[in-house]
Amino acid sequence: MERVRHMSNQLSTEQLAQAEQRFQAKIDAEEKIEPGDWMPEAYRRNLIRQISQHAHSEVIGMQPEGNWITRAPTLNRKAVLLAKVQDEGGHGLYLYSAAETLGADRQTMIEALHKGVAKYASIFNYPSLTWADIGAIGWLVDGAAIVNQISLQRTSYGPYARSMVRICKEESFHQRQGYQIMTLLMKGSDEQRQMAQDAFNRFWWPSLMMFGPHDAESAHSASSMKWKIKRQSNDELRQKFVDQTVRQAEVIGITIPDPKLAWNEETGHYDFGEIDWEEFQRVISGDGPCNRQRMQNHIRAHAEGAWVREAVAAYESKQIGTG
Amino acid sequence: MDMQQEAVKDYGVRLGDDALILGHRLSEWCGKAPALEEDLALANTALDFIGRSRLFYSHAAELEGNRVSEDTYAYTRDCREFRNLLICELPCGDFAFTMARQYLVDEFYLAFMQGLTFSVEQTLAGVAAKAVKESRYHLRRSRQWMRVLGQGTDESHDRLQTAVNDLWGYTPEMFEPDELERKLVAAGVAVDTSGLKDDWMKAVNKTLAEASVQRPEGNWAVRGGRQGIHTEYLGHLLSELQFVQRAYPGLEW
Repeated sequence: MERVRHMSNQLSTEQLAQAEQRFQAKIDAEEKIEPGDWMPEAYRRNLIRQISQHAHSEVIGMQPEGNWITRAPTLNRKAVLLAKVQDEGGHGLYLYSAAETLGADRQTMIEALHKGVAKYASIFNYPSLTWADIGAIGWLVDGAAIVNQISLQRTSYGPYARSMVRICKEESFHQRQGYQIMTLLMKGSDEQRQMAQDAFNRFWWPSLMMFGPHDAESAHSASSMKWKIKRQSNDELRQKFVDQTVRQAEVIGITIPDPKLAWNEETGHYDFGEIDWEEFQRVISGDGPCNRQRMQNHIRAHAEGAWVREAVAAYESKQIGTG
Repeated sequence: MDMQQEAVKDYGVRLGDDALILGHRLSEWCGKAPALEEDLALANTALDFIGRSRLFYSHAAELEGNRVSEDTYAYTRDCREFRNLLICELPCGDFAFTMARQYLVDEFYLAFMQGLTFSVEQTLAGVAAKAVKESRYHLRRSRQWMRVLGQGTDESHDRLQTAVNDLWGYTPEMFEPDELERKLVAAGVAVDTSGLKDDWMKAVNKTLAEASVQRPEGNWAVRGGRQGIHTEYLGHLLSELQFVQRAYPGLEW
């Protein structure tokens, strides 16, 4: 990567313009951009930002669900939840690797997360308070993630697109386990039904926020669409998620906490109320219920593991020395 | 259930207890490991042990009947009824403690499960056959960590030595069959753990030497898990593990 970038720095203005044209033509022809290919610096930076943010989200997302592994109510639930959270960690790994093909390195990405320069999905700043939250997170949060990620399977950068294919397969299993938890709760006692509805009420709006600001206000959308990093707009994806989730909620008797929700014959979609963007901004900028703990937990685990990583490095260099 | 069946059931439950409690401890690492790769590996190992506990419990539940299930054993018994080895319930400690414990029990479980494949109880032999494959992999990993931590830095070496010192007195219990086990050994059902000690000690000596870790001197030994006399840690583990079932008893989840 260093070599490729160095070369691009040496291109004349004319050569650069030609390279950009060829690059855009390739994207327009739906060809994938691969790690060794020439790419505009802004494309590379934009991708690193998006992929590392996605990786951080997977990793920070392990916390709210990890919070219930030791308290899962049956052995089956415990095993499934642990496997699910493990998958999220695996997704984080593929995504860090995808970002590394662009010349980023994991240590730097993690430092950016710890300094607050790199973001992660704000939904994980909400607490998981009851067992039903594990159902709501799987159903809504993974459900929203899938809608977004299915679209990203066609993203223009090859390694990112391919990691999305694999991740989507696992996410759909995650969503089913969440929905299944909620289904069982809704068939259960009054307490269980209340627990399920309460969890849904708390996670519904934040999961709609996962798709980001309205298209008109989205900072990175225009160039991301032109370069086909993003394939569908925030509002299109959000609508798709609302449409599919409303039907699933009806099946199990969950009420959507939105008085403005209504089927629109004309558009063939559900209309829904306005998101509380003030809350969105508040949580993104640090005042969500768990922002501090999420970051402190990650920093602490990373710091507590430093001596282990140092031991591995020392052991490996000794092996090379004696080998 | 005749006496023999009752004994086989109790044996299955205690093996399930070992696996569940250790699996639970390992699962506590999720999201807290020194690197993401290690998070995944620890979760994998935890899943193997939790899976193992379910197989042992389910078999016991079948023998017991009366609508008992794997979850009955895991979620509705109190401290005194658990029969796991004490070493399984000790808190995770630091990464050196977790890996040293894992190494010491992996050496034991590989030999134990190999022995159990010869059980006349077909189901136990079947569970053991699956467990042997897992334990072989667990052992390869934990033994490698012993070398890495032992030979890595001064700090990792000291942490590993401390961990081995603190764990050592919980190992004799693994090799002390009680009356139930002796009866089942005679019937060809159980593994005679007293016969596993010499080979275990040889393997452990070799690994400790590779890790430049001293084998602890003296012969302190804490026992009681198989009689339900536990450390104070187990009660706290159970209060977490069983919280939902205790707060909302008798429901489906």
